[in-house]
Amino acid sequence: MNYEQLLSTRIQEVQPSGIRRFFDILEEMKDAISLGIGEPDFVTPWHIRDAGIYSLEKGFTKYTANAGMAGLRREIASYLARRFDLHYDFASQIVVTVGGSEGIDLTMRCLLNPGDEVIVPVPSFVCYGPLASMTGGTPVYLELKAENEFRLTPEELKSAITPRTKLLVLPFPCNPTGGIMERADLEAIAQVLEGTDILILSDEIYAELTYGQHHVSPANLPQLHDRTVVVNGLSKSHAMTGWRMGYVCGPAPIVQQMLKLHQFGIMSAPTVSQYAAVEAMCNGDKDIENMRDEYDGRRRYLVEGLRRIGLPCFEPKGAFYVFPDIRGTGLGSDDFCERFLMEEKVAVISGAAFGPGGEGFVRCCYATSMKDIAEALTRLDNFLTNLKKKQAREAE
Amino acid sequence: MSKLLRLLEADCTLTHEQLASMAGMTVDEVRKEIKQYEDDKVILGYKAIVDWDRTQRESVTALIEVKVTPQRGDGFDRVAERIYQYDEVESVYLMSGAYDLTVIISGRTLKEVAQFVGERLSTLEDVTGTATHFILRKYKEKHLIFERQEQQEKEWIFS
Repeated sequence: MNYEQLLSTRIQEVQPSGIRRFFDILEEMKDAISLGIGEPDFVTPWHIRDAGIYSLEKGFTKYTANAGMAGLRREIASYLARRFDLHYDFASQIVVTVGGSEGIDLTMRCLLNPGDEVIVPVPSFVCYGPLASMTGGTPVYLELKAENEFRLTPEELKSAITPRTKLLVLPFPCNPTGGIMERADLEAIAQVLEGTDILILSDEIYAELTYGQHHVSPANLPQLHDRTVVVNGLSKSHAMTGWRMGYVCGPAPIVQQMLKLHQFGIMSAPTVSQYAAVEAMCNGDKDIENMRDEYDGRRRYLVEGLRRIGLPCFEPKGAFYVFPDIRGTGLGSDDFCERFLMEEKVAVISGAAFGPGGEGFVRCCYATSMKDIAEALTRLDNFLTNLKKKQAREAE
Repeated sequence: MSKLLRLLEADCTLTHEQLASMAGMTVDEVRKEIKQYEDDKVILGYKAIVDWDRTQRESVTALIEVKVTPQRGDGFDRVAERIYQYDEVESVYLMSGAYDLTVIISGRTLKEVAQFVGERLSTLEDVTGTATHFILRKYKEKHLIFERQEQQEKEWIFS
């Protein structure tokens, strides 16, 4: 069989992530310290796990409603109102998805026609472009700048808009930069979008992890509310990555089309996860705050440590990543990561893996123990000192 | 103020630099505040939690319920003090309910503990009765779990 001829052209055109090779090296290295993960190091709080177990004991193992259990959607609506002042009708505006990722996929597939352009600010998580391409849409990558703390500015947005622009992705708080958008930033974006039909996909999976200020969603702004689809989930907020619990909320005409697609592609999100999610939404606020406090302490320690060693980085205000600037070392991001791993056995992720704007930076995740962060900093100091010596010798 | 204490209670091996970042203080402030806590006996000490069952060393721990006659003026304090002076005694708590003091003691053998209860504790004049419960297995202490826990299979996922 000639599979290349048989496979869809679109999927063949999607480039595989270059990070796999790096992970292969990492897997062989048993004692490496990793600041490379992208998920909480906490286990799901026990009362949430217990609610999942209890649902199994009761024999709740059937499908749920396609949109997710009504009880869960009611709790999600109440959680969003309580914590973010976002107001959605549980019956028509919320669908429970298999992780936030499915929500992103549903949004792209329900909104894009072939040829539609999707503005994807980068560096950002890698799924937006490929998922847009799979619908025949065209991702338009927009490089954010370190000097703007990786916020999207109205000028940048203006420069990327064409008559074919259909959708703007707002990936804030941002993986990998830790950048956020404050209300004033969003108001400026709103002005640019005024009078257009451009929709917003707001990926708010890190919304609970902001430090020093509360997350603001574009849907909080009346002028953006009706053009925004919010994608969120419990993976990062409640340390529930493996449960695959996400949800989308937005204008009913959009969400109802997403439900149609979800119904055919997924049927319904896993029942056991939904029962656990009900407990998380009702009684999990304290867990969120405890974990955020813990991350915040590690964040400050890592930022201060990196600056002390001599890697400049802006203070990330969201998610659990620090994105130091490594251009001063004279190494490219991929090269830096590979050499740091080989020489000092510490894994950080190349900024280049997150799109064009990420070259010259590396992503360090602080969702790991203080002990590991401290050790990683010591080894980074070693690495940079040795690197400087080597470079000095070569220059002679 | 209490932030520093909470951090230290969870992990007293954190360095002053780490504590400073985590509590949003300067290293100098951390050093001064810890010194103050130590002087005021707010921080009593720093100890490791050891699972002796993983070592060659034999050790038994018992929890003893003690009934005592309170003394005029001193209440339970004086008798508690007479009990906690013994090196074998790890902890002493005044309790509400059916008995008065909980005394936790450790020894190398069952016999050693029994001897202590029989000869030292129950013979104190204000002690009117004891009930000794030997600890058979420790599962969790100070939020730390004794058993080695299974880990989920590790996969490198780009997320």
